[in-house]
Amino acid sequence: MNFGKQFKDGLITQNPVLVQLLGMCSTMAITTSFFNGLGMGVSVLIILTLSNIFIALLRKIIPNEVRIACYIVVIAGFVTCVDLLLKAFVPALSNSLGVFIPLIVVNCIILGRAEAFANKNTVAASAVDGICQGIGYTIVLIIMCVFRELFGSGKFGGGLLGGGGLGAAPGIVIFPEEFGMKLLTLPVGGFLTLGALIAVMQWALAKSEKKKEAK
Amino acid sequence: MSVTSLLAISLGAILTNNFIFAQFLGCCPFLGVSKKIDTAVGMGAAVTFVMGLASAVCYGVNIILVKLDLGYMQTVAFILVIAGLVQFVEMFLKKNIPTLYTALGVYLPLITTNCAVLGVALLNVQNNYNFIESVVYGITGGLGFLLAIFLFAAVREQLEFADNPKAFDGFPIALVTAGLMALAFMGFSGLKVW
Repeated sequence: MNFGKQFKDGLITQNPVLVQLLGMCSTMAITTSFFNGLGMGVSVLIILTLSNIFIALLRKIIPNEVRIACYIVVIAGFVTCVDLLLKAFVPALSNSLGVFIPLIVVNCIILGRAEAFANKNTVAASAVDGICQGIGYTIVLIIMCVFRELFGSGKFGGGLLGGGGLGAAPGIVIFPEEFGMKLLTLPVGGFLTLGALIAVMQWALAKSEKKKEAK
Repeated sequence: MSVTSLLAISLGAILTNNFIFAQFLGCCPFLGVSKKIDTAVGMGAAVTFVMGLASAVCYGVNIILVKLDLGYMQTVAFILVIAGLVQFVEMFLKKNIPTLYTALGVYLPLITTNCAVLGVALLNVQNNYNFIESVVYGITGGLGFLLAIFLFAAVREQLEFADNPKAFDGFPIALVTAGLMALAFMGFSGLKVW
């Protein structure tokens, strides 16, 4: 197994959000502050890795006809664990993400990777795949958060930086809030930002393809 | 509970707090199955049906879970119930309305992983809705989804002929369209019901 290639796949060429177009709901919904994005990204990273390992372990036992139901039960179990752990140790995150934590169960990235990768590959490779894809997802979330927060309300790192408790921290003010594009912090901003990001990705991939052909 | 409160829930679910444009629930099928009006409407109708059914059944399941002190099993129980319901709908359609069954194809089992369905079940519990409110919220939420996906598919059919920047081909331009539609739907947020 080529781990370097897997890493590159997860981050760029097969990025779960920007190229495979999976997990759009959570990407657009929770990327309003740096804290939310990071928390969601790390939660998905952990769940994805664990479920990938588990499904790879069970891949020879699970009958083909009921595999989707089995995957969902495995994933739901891990999501419940993470949900309860967050409620106990990081209640601020649990409050601000709300219903989107249990909804990780139906995040297509996790089911998609289980179906496309973990049920055909070894445990080690699936674990690496989970980590790489999870990092790719987290990075996209963070880019969206930083962009929407900075241009929407003129802040950086809301919920984490700038003093105050976890989740309540105001973030570092880059420019006064009234000059920001309020639009970006609203649901509309989620659609537009993600659309623009995917467009940039398509442009970049097309360009590198052309370069390869020219050689 | 009165008729007005039910009306408020319905209007909220269809317009002001539309599942797609305000809450981002169910975006995957919304973006995936909206290339043609026919399939979009079929999908919307199936989702509405499953959402209504899921709200009703999950309400019962939640009562049992709370009684048994198993509240933490909520997510697992709900997703299993929904998977079962979707399987049931699939078998029912296959037997009785085979045309719709073939039209929906692979997207039918995918309703299981539609976050709007699990979302509505969880939101019902979160908002402490009673049985009738839950069912009304489920069905009207589904109708909101149907409205959104129908309008979006109608726009998207025209997008095929649009001359957009090459990098925006396909998905990005669809997302921008959805964003503009969300902007239009924001106009409803001024709507006040009693």
